[in-house]
Amino acid sequence: MNLDLDPAAVAFRDEVREWLAAQAFTEGRDWERRLAEAGLAAVAWPVAYGGRAAPPLHALLFDEEYHAAGAPARIGRNGISLLAPTLLTHGTPEQCARILPPMARGDEVWAQAWSEPSAGSDLAAIRSRATRTGGGWLLSGQKTWSSRAVVADRAFGLFRSGPEQRHRGLTYLMFGLRDPGVTVRPIRQLDGTTGFAEIFLDDVFVPDADVIGSPGDGWRVAMSTAGHERGLSLRGPGRFTAAAGRLIELGQTRQVADSWIAARAYRMQAYASLDEPVAPSATKLFWSALDVTLHETALDLLGPLAEIDPDWTAGYLFALAGPIYAGTDEIQRSILAQRELGLPR
Amino acid sequence: MRLVPSVEQRAFAAALHELLTKADLATISAAWADGDTGPGRRLWAAFGDLGVTGLMIDGGPDDLVVAAEELGHHAVPGPVAESIAAAPLLAGEDLLPELAAGRIIVSLAVPPWLPLAADGDSADLILHVTDAGIRAAEPGAVHRSLHPARRLAEVRPGALLATGRPVRRALELGVLACAAQLLGAGRALLETSVEYARTRTQFGTPIGSFQAVQHRLADVSVALTFARPLLHAAAVTLRTEDVSAAKVACGEAAVLAARAALQVHGAIGYTRELDLNRWLTLVPVLHRSWGTAGQHRDRILQEIR
Repeated sequence: MNLDLDPAAVAFRDEVREWLAAQAFTEGRDWERRLAEAGLAAVAWPVAYGGRAAPPLHALLFDEEYHAAGAPARIGRNGISLLAPTLLTHGTPEQCARILPPMARGDEVWAQAWSEPSAGSDLAAIRSRATRTGGGWLLSGQKTWSSRAVVADRAFGLFRSGPEQRHRGLTYLMFGLRDPGVTVRPIRQLDGTTGFAEIFLDDVFVPDADVIGSPGDGWRVAMSTAGHERGLSLRGPGRFTAAAGRLIELGQTRQVADSWIAARAYRMQAYASLDEPVAPSATKLFWSALDVTLHETALDLLGPLAEIDPDWTAGYLFALAGPIYAGTDEIQRSILAQRELGLPR
Repeated sequence: MRLVPSVEQRAFAAALHELLTKADLATISAAWADGDTGPGRRLWAAFGDLGVTGLMIDGGPDDLVVAAEELGHHAVPGPVAESIAAAPLLAGEDLLPELAAGRIIVSLAVPPWLPLAADGDSADLILHVTDAGIRAAEPGAVHRSLHPARRLAEVRPGALLATGRPVRRALELGVLACAAQLLGAGRALLETSVEYARTRTQFGTPIGSFQAVQHRLADVSVALTFARPLLHAAAVTLRTEDVSAAKVACGEAAVLAARAALQVHGAIGYTRELDLNRWLTLVPVLHRSWGTAGQHRDRILQEIR
């Protein structure tokens, strides 16, 4: 065992650090485009799709440098962290070549369309339908809690395509958010912003080319996306190590030490998982709790001035969503207990 | 020995609850957040008619905690602990009739517990309170709070108004009222969550039938159950360690309730479309107002060693 970085990793880390230090941060698509021009939009992707074919370690190092520099939240996150790994695993070369390069450049922004009003924790209760039509499918139904749907161009999600129940008869499809038949209704979040939305679908046409995997095999494909959402792909250690570092500046208490220990644990587990992956549900449970603890500690240290601190309160509200999205912590505990520990269902 | 509210106090709380249930607090609070305190002011005047705003002029601390719990139960906007609990002991005699009638609202700056004046930009008067005396203060820069219907003002202390007023007692009453608000907010969060868990179905059954949900809400119930007697005891003794114990216990029970409520509601709880957000953001704010849990723990250790 060692924690040494090889020369290529050191060179990569230094390149990222220097590039970030030289940037005047912007937001949204412009920022995605600049990352892409520097070859930093998605370093682990194949070169042909806009990546560098970098090893997973480099993706971790990028995440750490990115958060340490205080770089902006990425509008491309849903696509890059969730859809892209799914396409690289289950998509066709044609789909990858068509979808990934504009995603990397920020030309196409993606939203996730999974949950429905009656299918939250119980995702297999999905009712929205994909009905066969000439050359493709017609989507109908309602999706909700769709992050970034207000600003995104396209979305990916699960639809019921057959008569089977629950996990069977689902198909994974991509559709345009401005296609005929699509209505997006913004929902105001706890912080007042419209970070997520409802999507109403009324006979929205999707060509066969935009089915990921086989029709009827959507659940299996979706669970691979869910693994990315719960695991390191969405929440690298950078957010937490950076926040723990900022905590030290607020005070030196037992809580701060505990937060530092937990952030360090998450980071070291991320390195360990490069060789030996852990269950995504374990990762999700750890980061969702860690994020809340880090921010509550900051609020405690700021005391009566906490409520007016824009950065820590925004981070706190964001952290509060962690135990809910990407599959609630309750669902993750059941998955971990039943699939990893082998407890009875 | 009696550590529970009297029949009269329960009737008083019920009347206040009825007033607040009919008042459409969601709309009043939204207007307050947008800078229109008119509807909220009318509510405060109704508190005057009911005797809530005059409790520290002609009532006791035990009446105060009963009323403040109900104000927290409905997440009433405005500087409740400042104006209703502490200000009557700090403001001049001439202001007491207007305070009691709910026609004026007083905010406070009391470093280090309250470095900024809650709703200082809309309050009729800000008092800057130290051991050296009470000064009138002007609002300076105003900051938005985590809670949408709160704005905190920096203050510029002006002329000395008085010395020798019972500052210590006023501040203990403020902490007590804040603790009571937290307890009431925690109770509202638990009630709402239980109702939601009974009606929301997933996997073909109400989510309240799952042990993960039941256990979490049961833990909230235990925390609230054991915070309330501390609050009522502190209202009787007003001893430093009792008041601080009440503030810590009520605050932490309310925080537990808020976390559980958001988790039980899931994404719908994370929206402004559901009223829940008023309590979710009030609890972390009040928990760190009128002294943090750390500061109150230190006070307890000073007293009991």
